[in-house]
Amino acid sequence: MVDEKPLYDGSFSVVGGNFDNAGEVSSNIKTILKKIGLPSDIIRKAALVAYESEINIVSYARKGMIRLCVSPQCIMIEAIDEGQGIPDIDLAMQPGWSTANQKIREMGFGAGMGLCNIRSFSDVFNISSEVGKGTHLKMIIKTNSNTLQ
Amino acid sequence: MTLNEIKDLLDAEVIIGENQLDMEVKTAFVADLMSDVLAFATAGSLLITGLTNPQVVRTADVLDIAAVIMGRGKKPSPETLQLAEELNIPILSTKFILFEIAGRLYSHNIRGCIEKVGTK
Repeated sequence: MVDEKPLYDGSFSVVGGNFDNAGEVSSNIKTILKKIGLPSDIIRKAALVAYESEINIVSYARKGMIRLCVSPQCIMIEAIDEGQGIPDIDLAMQPGWSTANQKIREMGFGAGMGLCNIRSFSDVFNISSEVGKGTHLKMIIKTNSNTLQ
Repeated sequence: MTLNEIKDLLDAEVIIGENQLDMEVKTAFVADLMSDVLAFATAGSLLITGLTNPQVVRTADVLDIAAVIMGRGKKPSPETLQLAEELNIPILSTKFILFEIAGRLYSHNIRGCIEKVGTK
């Protein structure tokens, strides 16, 4: 990924609290990955990781952005937000642990599965957070370069 | 089963996707929690739910879900309807409760997209 020119590198902004449009960025990401011609199971994983990340930004942050970088070897998705941050990351990673409000739960989220899903569908998962500043997620999904069309 | 047969079986109304009723479906997943749908549902399955917000359609799109069946007489919100049209995701609405929907489909050889968690 270091030396080669990426197949795609772009960022999308996400507005906190805007539940009506939540998922729009992930739909865009899916469209981009389809155009690149990646296998559908890889696209599904990446779209899922992007979507849960997007839901997290909409649910908990003031604003944020999702970066998509595609190389022949892998898809990198970064979700960077400005928001409340996560005081205890180990706790936040536990399945079922959540601080979601009613609005988030009504959308079918907020059951404490988001970060677990992101981690389990990524090949590499990194999380860092600063209380009062925001959270940074970085995920890598490996692709098989032979399957590129 | 085709969506058309499912429509008849569930006495369902086709809200979106009149032109996709010949689509074949073999598996389904029932949930109101979209994070669990994301974790467990597989491509080409039916998503059976009682939720009606746009995130149902987004989730279906992310996972390449074949069609959404809204139970308990639920119908999509206007925003959901618009998004489903845009993303071309069929939505059927039926008055049966989710248990009845699942039971009827199972007796017609539709199976869960997984049987148990951890057995993907």
